[in-house]
Amino acid sequence: MSHDALKQAIQTILPEAVKDSSYNETGHHLDITVSSESLVQLVEVLDQKGFYLVDVTAVDLIPEIEVVYHFALWQKLYRIIVRAYIPRNHPEIPTISHIYPGADWHERETFDFFGIKFLNHPELKRLLLPEDADFHPLLKKESLLEKVEAVRSGFRKGGCRITYGD
Amino acid sequence: MEISADRDGNTFYLNMGPQHPSTHGVLRVILKMNGEYIQEAECVLGYIHRMHEKIGESMFFSQFYAYMSRMDYLSAMAYNHGYTGLIEKMAGIEPPLRAEYIRVITVELNRISSHLVWLGAYLLDLGAFTPIMYAFDDREMILDLLESITGSRLTYSYFRFGGVCKDIDEDFIRGTRAFIKKMRSRLKMYDTLVTKNVIFIGRVKDIGIISQDMARRYGATGPVLRGSGIEYDIRKNEPYSVYPEFDFDIPTGSTGDARDRYLVRVAEIEQSLRIIEQALDRLPDGPYRTEIPPFIELEPGDCYFPVESARGEFGIYLVSNGEKRPYRMKLRTPSFSNLSLFNELTKGYMIADAVSILGSLDLVIPEIDR
Amino acid sequence: MIVLPRLALSILMVLGFIALNGMMLVYMERKVAGHMQRRLGPMEVGPHGILQTLVDGIKLIGKQYIPPYKIDRPLYLLAPVICFVPVVLAFITLPFSEKLQVRDLNVGLLVIFALGSMTVLSLFMAGWSSNNKYSLIGAFRSVSQSLAYEIPMLLSVLSIVLMTNTLSLREIVEAQSPIPHIVFQPVAFLIFFICCVAETNRAPFDLPEAESELTAGFHTEYSGMGFALFFLAEYTNIVVVCATTTVLFLGGWKGIPLPFMQYTGVVWFLIKLYLLVFVMMWFRWTYPRVRIDQLLNLSWKVLTPLALINLVVTAVVLKII
Repeated sequence: MSHDALKQAIQTILPEAVKDSSYNETGHHLDITVSSESLVQLVEVLDQKGFYLVDVTAVDLIPEIEVVYHFALWQKLYRIIVRAYIPRNHPEIPTISHIYPGADWHERETFDFFGIKFLNHPELKRLLLPEDADFHPLLKKESLLEKVEAVRSGFRKGGCRITYGD
Repeated sequence: MEISADRDGNTFYLNMGPQHPSTHGVLRVILKMNGEYIQEAECVLGYIHRMHEKIGESMFFSQFYAYMSRMDYLSAMAYNHGYTGLIEKMAGIEPPLRAEYIRVITVELNRISSHLVWLGAYLLDLGAFTPIMYAFDDREMILDLLESITGSRLTYSYFRFGGVCKDIDEDFIRGTRAFIKKMRSRLKMYDTLVTKNVIFIGRVKDIGIISQDMARRYGATGPVLRGSGIEYDIRKNEPYSVYPEFDFDIPTGSTGDARDRYLVRVAEIEQSLRIIEQALDRLPDGPYRTEIPPFIELEPGDCYFPVESARGEFGIYLVSNGEKRPYRMKLRTPSFSNLSLFNELTKGYMIADAVSILGSLDLVIPEIDR
Repeated sequence: MIVLPRLALSILMVLGFIALNGMMLVYMERKVAGHMQRRLGPMEVGPHGILQTLVDGIKLIGKQYIPPYKIDRPLYLLAPVICFVPVVLAFITLPFSEKLQVRDLNVGLLVIFALGSMTVLSLFMAGWSSNNKYSLIGAFRSVSQSLAYEIPMLLSVLSIVLMTNTLSLREIVEAQSPIPHIVFQPVAFLIFFICCVAETNRAPFDLPEAESELTAGFHTEYSGMGFALFFLAEYTNIVVVCATTTVLFLGGWKGIPLPFMQYTGVVWFLIKLYLLVFVMMWFRWTYPRVRIDQLLNLSWKVLTPLALINLVVTAVVLKII
């Protein structure tokens, strides 16, 4: 399955979301942004196309949280990153563990670190941290807002160069 | 699955670990049993959780090296390689060719030593006491070799951005060649002693069969995936470093049972020997390290970089905001995904099979818990 | 009234033999294992580590007795004793040489098997009373295992009894005067020896204590002398089954005649005995462990029919001759 065919298949359900990404710079061929409503629909398509789930994680970009899904193919070198933005004060996103059972633990871990509620997850409880922990360690402080802006600008540019510090 | 006991009198709960001889570290499995048969297995993780991802966010890039080798203590070199490769890719650093060769040699030596530990420990799980002594005897040679150039025996921090920290010398090359020769003869011995043993075959054949679809949905990688007959190896499919220059095969199984995973790993030892041999033959002269500034600042952006560790795909997803520290660092570890298969794999098998399956997944718990 | 002092003396000798033999076997096992695994085994205490087992024994005696919470105390305390006593009693009828035998019972063979089947009782008691699920699984396994293996064991022995027409161990040895039974009954010997390994819970049939699955099986919760008694009983049991094999199949004390053969036959007896023990150790340090269903299948589907066929063939051949 070629790059364009896949892009087209995804564009039929998510017209605006798909963006080419430079593999040499970011390690992904395709960069897809979805809303939390159409996530399951997209993942079903990826499942049909034979992608395997690499991981599920999140990045805290104040005032929203970016949930990141990585997918890849066995047959040829092809990697996809799927981003879903959810509000930070109401972090909820549907689970994909009914499609990819491997996502079960990844989602539990993300819940553990970020407090994201994966709706309809069979058993959303802490995985790595103690059961009675009352914090989510990877959430950033609100004061980091300017730093987040830099991250966003990087996503738009999609390229990295070395800069030398002190 | 609730932890309380069933009242129907047919099932009971058996708590395996976190201190149990065959969970290799601090994995805990709650088994719902019907007699000797397992109905459900719930893994409880986190006993050795150290939050490496958070530590990564608070450290300079070069400071985080030491943590890499603490994740998978058996194939620390591959983790070094993944981290180095990611930063070099993001920062655009070109390491000299000699350094890349040295990296490949050390990573492959480390892969062999990791597989040898697995070989011994797996057979110990199956009740054979002797092979672990032979495997550790061979592994000792690798550890001595790596100690002579890296200074540490297990948790190496040998790689640097833009090279390696110390050049390899003639003694190391001679020792490695001697090791390759010895290991080849030892592989034959393992074959006659273990692979063809009737009891061993009875314990691993048709146990814990992973279908290709199951492996895909759970994201299994490494020998666990290749045992199911899929030729997927990051070293070949997504070439990094100087791996494309070497001629080696990807061993695969056919049915995806524990025996196939065993055979794949043993065959991988042979392939790693081939790679090391070629790398030693073609080892170029030149510098082993380029000068780079002490502090690296990456441009804002994100990048994912995977490598093939002894257990499968180890990838780092790094989000940078242009500072000296990463903004977010996600560590994708192979055993985490491989272990999530465990519940589905053990359903309906006996407790002795569960031990066999757990061993065949080749887990390193610090890497799962991070 | 020579009987009582003789009995007292022989029990003393048997106990001495058991204690000494237990120490020696542990030392032997560790040395055999060591050399099979490219290492030296114990080397520190005494020359070549000879005194290591003695020191270990003293350590075990000095260890604290730690009963777990909510155990069935009488059973828990009795189990090691019940494991040990029958094994000692079995020595009463074992003929070490023509004159070195405590008592020659005319049902000697029966006594040995009767006492041998007591072991499973103690293992089950230990597993049941420990209030530990691993112990319990170990206990279940030991019951099904010894039940399964006693049958082919007895069936294979029956063919010997048919040949000799006696249950007295001394007469069985006398019956193999020129040629030992192993020549006529190789199948029975193989079945019997496999069953012996299974009955003594040695690898590859060490399922009741499979440490990679059940941590330590039925004796998980035993410490100090409780554990030491199980340990000693296991090694003594090995000697008993190997001695029985020697008597039944290898011609007991018979061998190249030595001076005072009536007494010195014990040399041949012990050589044969320890050769068999060595083979059992060899098994242990070479093979992986079988699974419980494979173990039971081997007994019910292979060994039992084979032993039955062997018995029938023996009977027919004896009738014709």
